[in-house]
Amino acid sequence: MTREQFRPPEHDNEHFLLTTVVGSYPKPKWLHRARDLFEDDDSSFDAENFEEAKDDASRLITHEHERCGLDVVVDGEMRRNEMVEYFAHRIDGYEFNGPVKVWGHNYFDKPSVTEDVSYAEEWLISEYEYNSSVATRPVKVPITGPYTLASWSFNEVYEDDAELAYKLADLVNEEIAGLVEAGARYIQIDEPALATTPDDHAIVGECLERIVADVPDDVRLALHVCYGDYSRIYPEMLEYPVEEYDVELCNGGYEQLDVFKEPAFTKDLAMGVVDVHIAEVEPVEEIKENIKKALEIVPPERLTVSPDCGLKLLPRDVAYGKMENMVTAAREIEEELDAGELDIEAPTPNAD
Amino acid sequence: MTGFVSTTPGLYPLPDWAKDELKSLKGNQKTDLISGDEGPEVADAYETVREEYITTQQEAGLDRIVEGQGRWDDMLAHPLAVHDNVDTRGIVRYYDNNNFYRESVVTGELTPSGDVAAELDAARNLIGDDEALQAVLPGPYSLADLATDEYYGDDEEFLTAIAEFLASEAEEAGEVETTFLLEPSLVENPPEDGEDERAGNAIDTVAQAAGGDVVVFPYWGALEEKVYAHVMDAAIDGLGFDLVSDSDANVYNAQEYGTPDQVALGVVDGQNTLVESPEVIQERVEWFDEQTPQNDYETIYATTNTETFYLPVNRFEEKLEALAAAAELEVTA
Repeated sequence: MTREQFRPPEHDNEHFLLTTVVGSYPKPKWLHRARDLFEDDDSSFDAENFEEAKDDASRLITHEHERCGLDVVVDGEMRRNEMVEYFAHRIDGYEFNGPVKVWGHNYFDKPSVTEDVSYAEEWLISEYEYNSSVATRPVKVPITGPYTLASWSFNEVYEDDAELAYKLADLVNEEIAGLVEAGARYIQIDEPALATTPDDHAIVGECLERIVADVPDDVRLALHVCYGDYSRIYPEMLEYPVEEYDVELCNGGYEQLDVFKEPAFTKDLAMGVVDVHIAEVEPVEEIKENIKKALEIVPPERLTVSPDCGLKLLPRDVAYGKMENMVTAAREIEEELDAGELDIEAPTPNAD
Repeated sequence: MTGFVSTTPGLYPLPDWAKDELKSLKGNQKTDLISGDEGPEVADAYETVREEYITTQQEAGLDRIVEGQGRWDDMLAHPLAVHDNVDTRGIVRYYDNNNFYRESVVTGELTPSGDVAAELDAARNLIGDDEALQAVLPGPYSLADLATDEYYGDDEEFLTAIAEFLASEAEEAGEVETTFLLEPSLVENPPEDGEDERAGNAIDTVAQAAGGDVVVFPYWGALEEKVYAHVMDAAIDGLGFDLVSDSDANVYNAQEYGTPDQVALGVVDGQNTLVESPEVIQERVEWFDEQTPQNDYETIYATTNTETFYLPVNRFEEKLEALAAAAELEVTA
């Protein structure tokens, strides 16, 4: 088990509910302005200036996460414009043809795979190195998974999306090797596309087998799957070679909580305890009730407390408020656990 | 002799300038989307979009010209989304795609709206007398499948109401050369026993009212055999076959059950940027023809297998050119 390395030295409680975020966080308005200037040919704001702006934003949000009290922090993905585009720009074999519709007037620069994909420049290693150099807490690295990278691209080359996903999984494995060498110990694979096509869970499993090859045991690997019908991938997903599953349940009012009770949840659970689609900060008491629901699935030593999904669409003060209250709620639950005050229907231990 | 006709099933991607301009004019939240009573600035932008769509098709040399449906923010659910007695609510998934539309909830009687007719009138004014206009509408089964009913209270009655609504829209649209009724739900969420016959009857209702040759166009696979048989009972002139998604099952249906005199072959991938050459398109059409020697086609339409809004504009335009060029190859061969 890898989680003890993330317990802060100054942690007061005997129990430890690991608190973290999924990844994205609202960008400061000035970072958007910096991007506009950088993309404006008439402006003297150059690549070096823009890099400096992104460094500033990463440091700012990393520290903001620390001020919320989170045990493991991220930089809010300040350097990433979008979760597929960012990676496609760094992988050889991709090209961009222009925006396509997602809904209404919301578009996505969906890339095309036009040649065999191969590893070119690094994706996240310098991001990790920078973030860990400015952070006083451990840094998590969210990385878009190969199944999502494949599903949300036009595939002009490979026989099917599974074949493309496996090729991309080998590249993710290469990137993770570099991240681990740089010191990363907490890596989260994001596979939102699995929520929309749950029948492909075996393809995601095969991708993950490729991703984890030669990753040392002390590296914590998590899988994030956004809101979907989890009953269609559970319990099969427990077979995946990852330690932690990060799921979005708050948004659905915990209607799917029971899905994870039978059969018993055998891995670590990172459960969403605040809703990222509601721009109101949940009170601490409400978040505590949500954490107690998670404790019906796993014992405290296997629980990670996090928001449902990335926070980037919220106003920044709301995102901050949610994280601050989430950490307070987690610490209060720890105290109640330490004092033996919490009465929770504990999960049934496994027969083995 | 078989006529070879190049066409498309509409629902075009907005030109990139229009993506930006309409986003800033309308906003990009769900409450900002098309309502049917847009102001003059928005209407002007769509008029320019329509002109561009028609020019693009004319320059490519397509045999049928569609209006292009730039206004259809909610894709095939559009005719309901703009209706006075329909509420648009949350954003819901559009079939098995990473696309979304507003849940369209029918809360009152589906009276004729004339929205589609107005678009087709505008398109008619932009094309020459020697050019052939094609109407594109959702088929009744798909439109009912995409919608939520809070008024009729009964699936059978709801489907009938949707069919009569579409029939009135088609009738008001006036004379066209061809009408395509897009029916992806017949494949994606096939009707069950009893419902399949009603789906066939609903298509019949719309087909009787629609102008020109009426082609039912299912996609993302092939129709189940019983569904196929019921669709064949409707008064349609043509039927679609998505050869990109599932060529074998589609050929099987055509072999086993026969086809109407006209077939619309989805031979160009509407969801992939890889552009098929005119020769490849021609080969795919010929392959279907050879596999079904028992059928004698009066007209073969060559088309993308799906709507085209999934594509970036450059590849969309190249695919239109390839389809038109393939038809030229056929004619001169």
